[in-house]
Amino acid sequence: MEERKIRVLVAKPGLDGHDRGAKVIARAFRDAGMEVIYTGLHQTPEQIVEAAIQEDVDVVGMSVLSGAHMTIFPRVKELLDENGADNIILMGGGTIPDDDITELTEKGYAKALFTPGTSTDDIVAWIRGAVQ
Amino acid sequence: MTDKLKAIEEKQKAWQEKFRQLKERGGKFMTVSSDPVKELYSPVDLENFNYDRDLGFPGEYPYTRGVQTNMYRGRFWTMRQFAGFATAKESNERYKFLLARGQTGLSIAFDMPTIMGYDSDHPRAFGEVGRVGVAIDSLQDMETLFSGIPLDKVSTSMTTNAPASILLAMYVATAEKQGVSSEKLNGTIQNDILKEYIAQKSWIFPPEPSMRIITDILKFAKDHVPKWNTISISGYHIREAGSTALQELAFTLADGFAYVEAGTKAGLNVDDFAPRLSFFFNSHMDFFEEIAKYRAARRIWARRMKEKYGAKSEKSLLLRFHTQTAGCSLTAQQPENNIVRTAYEGLAAVLGGTQSLHTNSMDEVLALPTEKSAQIALRTQQIIAHETGVANTIDPLAGSYFVEALTNRMEQGAEEYFAKIEELGGVLAAIDKNFFQKEIADAAYRYQKEIEAKERIIVGVNEFTQEEELGIDLLKIDPEVERAQVQRLKQLRQSRDNIRVQNTLEELRKAAQGTDNLIPKILDSVRAYATEGEIIQVLREVFGEYKEKAVF
Repeated sequence: MEERKIRVLVAKPGLDGHDRGAKVIARAFRDAGMEVIYTGLHQTPEQIVEAAIQEDVDVVGMSVLSGAHMTIFPRVKELLDENGADNIILMGGGTIPDDDITELTEKGYAKALFTPGTSTDDIVAWIRGAVQ
Repeated sequence: MTDKLKAIEEKQKAWQEKFRQLKERGGKFMTVSSDPVKELYSPVDLENFNYDRDLGFPGEYPYTRGVQTNMYRGRFWTMRQFAGFATAKESNERYKFLLARGQTGLSIAFDMPTIMGYDSDHPRAFGEVGRVGVAIDSLQDMETLFSGIPLDKVSTSMTTNAPASILLAMYVATAEKQGVSSEKLNGTIQNDILKEYIAQKSWIFPPEPSMRIITDILKFAKDHVPKWNTISISGYHIREAGSTALQELAFTLADGFAYVEAGTKAGLNVDDFAPRLSFFFNSHMDFFEEIAKYRAARRIWARRMKEKYGAKSEKSLLLRFHTQTAGCSLTAQQPENNIVRTAYEGLAAVLGGTQSLHTNSMDEVLALPTEKSAQIALRTQQIIAHETGVANTIDPLAGSYFVEALTNRMEQGAEEYFAKIEELGGVLAAIDKNFFQKEIADAAYRYQKEIEAKERIIVGVNEFTQEEELGIDLLKIDPEVERAQVQRLKQLRQSRDNIRVQNTLEELRKAAQGTDNLIPKILDSVRAYATEGEIIQVLREVFGEYKEKAVF
């Protein structure tokens, strides 16, 4: 039987338009053989969770460069859980200070967070490991 | 080719033989834009070089050597650090801090809700108030922002696009309260919506009404705020989104020409508004490529404005520009290294003849700058100005075989892009076809892949890495800021004359539905303390909202 491709939703929450990282990572996932859905900009947590469920993804990756990560990650995680989608892995990246990364991952609001300069290969490898 | 040049070419061939027998160090020889660089440049590369035609003198056509006759021998560039965070009160303190340390102009960073036209109490603003800039909801906030700063004494740049008309109106109204007439105001609104669709993505309305607002601003400013720079045509964000230097140059100038065409189509004489157009470029790590980009930009603008758009006033030909060092070149790893990167980038901007400069703080890749890092950033350009000696003579790199060859190459490359954009039906059509967005995404991906393949070394990222604890303090925005701002807004909505607010907004709606200039109506609404979000909402109802076709 053919192995199911990993499905990833690359999401860009918040009001800012910094989509360089989101687009680069979306291409890297696609080049790594994953199915990628990109939400486009300015998505609300509700829109992101709805898309994740509708697209039946394994992973939601959020790119946040607006400084709003401490409200957005908990909100999306809460909505995923409320909608019975707690099996979807929530991860992300952006300009997120170390202390905030520790807090978000320790509290389970994100499985992993990557900062600028991370190699896309590392992120692909992390997702492959996490999805298995 | 002259005999003299032929002789040089012969000698160069012989030299090249020797050169090829030697081993080169590994890696690719290319600019930060992946453009190949030869091992040597010589007069052979400038065969058709004509000093008069290609360079001229500073302040003289085609302005390759600078837009002013005396450049930095008259005065240094304006040191203009972009700043803003939390509420108007905190930002006002930061501006006074910077002015006290020798900064010579202000540059306002707004928070995302202000940039996108939402009030601080709008659900979409939740978690974003005061985060990446200052929250401005109404004239009241603007008054606080400039409290104790005389608006006839400073020049102020405001990074605002879709709601630029409203923030300009708030600035004018704040000046009125200070007793300063609008004719005296100096400053800039970014007001460059085209690059929003292309790269920065902070749009509200569709392109057509957006362009109407811009031409309304051009008309209003001509009569009432004549010293104001009405559009800061920006390559900065195009570059930050991942473009090459050439794409930044070509797309930005193409936007500039599109505004010129829009202005003349709206019935303005080109010389009535072109002198108030200014530019905003990025300065990335590739020293010579950046310098060539600025020099080419001046030459292209002057030539096209004169030859294609028939500008008669010399001021219409001058490409004046602000520069910001490249945020995207900074690394989260070993952030102190960013001080060094920024210094080189700032130096390139100065050698390229910038009119004003923002040097980034080392911590901007992680958070908004602290007071300490903001001070180092300002000191960096003061050191360039006062210690390096590069400002002693004008355009010192002119005549360099490499720099002139690169400048020519930039101009030719830009002309090729202009032809392509024309073929696609102009800038708006090219946006609609995702042309720019795709070009930029391709370049960004290639750059990332080059780093991962180590074809490009970034110190501390893919080479010379080390395990480290972050050794610097970061600025934190207290969540209390948002609550307090929302509270102040609530009080304002209760205490103002709400009938006057409704009436002015209704007048604005009528103007938007018709063809009257919107700016006087916006100014009336602002004076009545209508909020930014309320004004935008009226316009949104009339004009609709832009939706992007998301591609990657």
